[in-house]
Amino acid sequence: MSPAAGRLDEGAGPLVRPYTMTGGRTRPAAGAGLDMISIVVAARERVDWGELQPEHARILRRCRTPVSVAELSAQLDIPITVVKVLVGDLVAAGDVAARAPAPAADHPEAHVLQAVLDGIRRL
Amino acid sequence: MASEGSDGTGGADGAGTGATGAHELPVAVKILVAGGFGAGKTTLVGSVSEIAPLSTEEVMTEASMGVDDTGGVEAKTTTTVALDFGRITVSERVVLYLFGTPGQGRFWFMWDELASGALGAVVVADTRRLESCFPAVDFFERRGVPFAVAVNQFDGAHRYTAQEVREAVDVDPHVPVVLGDARERESGKEVLLSLVEHVIRRRSPALSG
Ligand SMILES: Nc1nc2c(ncn2[C@@H]2O[C@H](COP(=O)(O)OP(=O)(O)OP(=O)(O)O)[C@@H](O)[C@H]2O)c(=O)[nH]1
Ligand SMILES: [Mg+2]
Repeated sequence: MSPAAGRLDEGAGPLVRPYTMTGGRTRPAAGAGLDMISIVVAARERVDWGELQPEHARILRRCRTPVSVAELSAQLDIPITVVKVLVGDLVAAGDVAARAPAPAADHPEAHVLQAVLDGIRRL
Repeated sequence: MASEGSDGTGGADGAGTGATGAHELPVAVKILVAGGFGAGKTTLVGSVSEIAPLSTEEVMTEASMGVDDTGGVEAKTTTTVALDFGRITVSERVVLYLFGTPGQGRFWFMWDELASGALGAVVVADTRRLESCFPAVDFFERRGVPFAVAVNQFDGAHRYTAQEVREAVDVDPHVPVVLGDARERESGKEVLLSLVEHVIRRRSPALSG
């Protein structure tokens, strides 16, 4: 194990003070527009893992296939708010792409509603 | 490459401009499952979900405290609220998430965030204490969120008819009221189908115009 990894292990520590992971930031970078059901996925092949902070790396490793912010939060045991900040960083860096939820409340799209109906029927 | 912007969510598109086009990703929708404490929300989510319900937490910050009804208490601390959710991959393009809302009234702020963008909601009515679902019904009526009532019939509790529940809860005639058992997938399916059909009926006048 490299000395750097040892240092990171210490720093990663228990998740008792969640916002220490984000350097105290409680809001994602402006314009990230992330929702708890935004779907995110890794956006490029080559990633300089050594440059990433450990929490960013943990998230990015789980984004090889599309996954929601809420699932990342549950899998990593990091609150949703904190995941949004961290994913926002990854989006800003170009490491992940995100898709906003369907605009369901005001004007749900017919094909989305039909897909939901058919999917529930198949259960 | 598909053009950006068809998400209709404006600012969110900034998050979608990666090498992998965001438009190749499935789109997510959510339905809330609300009701009183211990009414069977998590059970219902689990009965229809393709994964065991996951639990997560949301940290309530100072800013969020402003909309909580703690009555002007100057809140500097953060509070953690537990949420659980399940998932149904309804197609290659669409994933449905079902979120169980925290039961206690002091977490209204959380309901607000959860409700924004929701397709609709299922209110679980507990037949041992029907009145425990009233706050959820009030909330969705006020917010204009379409909902259906899932009457969770507990063993040994009074057996209501759907009509009796409808009258007791006092919902509009078009609101679906479905009797069932939250532990049974068929019950969960039935109430979800009623809800989505209700949502489709609500939007069809706009369609035909
Ligand atoms: N007999 C019976 N028991 C049920 C039914 N639905 C749920 N339960 C049980 O009731 C208890 C509470 O159910 P939950 O699904 O955890 O309720 P909840 O609404 O998620 O509870 P909170 O999140 O704590 O508010 C569990 O022990 C369930 O197994 C039902 O239809 N019949
Ligand atoms: Mg629960």
